[in-house]
Amino acid sequence: MKIAISSSGMTLESDVDPRFGRCPYYIIYETENDSFEPVENKSGQAAGGAGIQAAQMISSMKVESVISGNIGPNAFRVLSAASVKIYSGATGSIKNAVEKFKKGEYKQTGGPDVGSHFGMGRG
Amino acid sequence: MVISVASGKGGTGKTTVAVNLALSLDNVQLLDCDVEEPNSHIFIKPVFKSKSKVFIPIPVVDKTKCDGCGRCQEVCIYNAVAIAGKKVLIFPELCHGCGSCTYFCPHDAIKEENEEIGVVEAGEKSSIQFIHGKLNIGKMMAPPVIRAVKKHINKKKTVIIDAPPGTSCPVITAIKGTDFVILVTEPTPFGLNDLMLAVEVVRKLKIPFGVIVNRSDLGNKKTDDYCAREHISILMKIPFSKKIAGIYSRGDSIVEAMPEYREKFRELFEKIKQNKDESSAK
Repeated sequence: MKIAISSSGMTLESDVDPRFGRCPYYIIYETENDSFEPVENKSGQAAGGAGIQAAQMISSMKVESVISGNIGPNAFRVLSAASVKIYSGATGSIKNAVEKFKKGEYKQTGGPDVGSHFGMGRG
Repeated sequence: MVISVASGKGGTGKTTVAVNLALSLDNVQLLDCDVEEPNSHIFIKPVFKSKSKVFIPIPVVDKTKCDGCGRCQEVCIYNAVAIAGKKVLIFPELCHGCGSCTYFCPHDAIKEENEEIGVVEAGEKSSIQFIHGKLNIGKMMAPPVIRAVKKHINKKKTVIIDAPPGTSCPVITAIKGTDFVILVTEPTPFGLNDLMLAVEVVRKLKIPFGVIVNRSDLGNKKTDDYCAREHISILMKIPFSKKIAGIYSRGDSIVEAMPEYREKFRELFEKIKQNKDESSAK
């Protein structure tokens, strides 16, 4: 199964980024053979609608599950419409998050857990 | 002549300048384009005579005609349309109402429904015609409301526009097409930083401009130095005065409470007329 994790960097040692729409990279991880590939989040700097763009890109990559620190309302709507499962609340390294995911330690998220513009770094 | 009053930083005195300039001149129109938080009316106290709603067209997708081709999503530069699987999702709060998705839909599957985003109110106070826009609470698209206010511009009058703070779309919409921009600043590091950003914007728009330094005896000399270096004229200085602060906080105007300022604002207007011709914008 292909999963996408919001990441602060390009390796398995990178930390899970708490922002889904505005993280710099996604680690696309294939649980079948433990291979991964980093993908740049080109919409991370969008003026508006970053989460929407990112969710579209992720869903077009045939990803089945998304792991992130938090998920906003717009990204949640797009991912849900594309039947992508969402697991939020992840912290620590990507490696650690993948392990936890495999053990079934994350609960599927039933709704957005932060408001719009959470990832924009403003008050 | 249309004069807009802008600033990079908020709270530097745009409304103070716009209101007092308007009260010092004859045959004036004052347009408050700070539609997210209009406050010029507090000082002018106009009697409003008309009110009109502002709408933007929001796309609505006919699911029976849509095949999920994604053309609407490709043409939307505001990320207000998403394709998930073969489903089209519309995000009205990001929509600018530009109509591109409707225009480019190859299956004629999008129609537009008007959504109210704000109101424009027009009124009068003695010789001033006063118009302002108010963006509805929870709406994010200020530019269409600002454009609706600016439709009232009467070039036979001296038009003064109180612009929103910052350097983004609402500011550009408010100052675009005006003949002169007054940039109000304060001599603090924050004020100077944001003034420099605002100068970049105004230069890009190629509009003649000048600076007013408010609370001018506060802070440091760096604003003066910057203006000298950049050949920007300082049109006026308003001191940091408890008396002026008191007048403002009561919702009164400086020129009515301190009539000597009426002359200063008239001189400002004369300087602007001269400056407009020998412009500092390149």
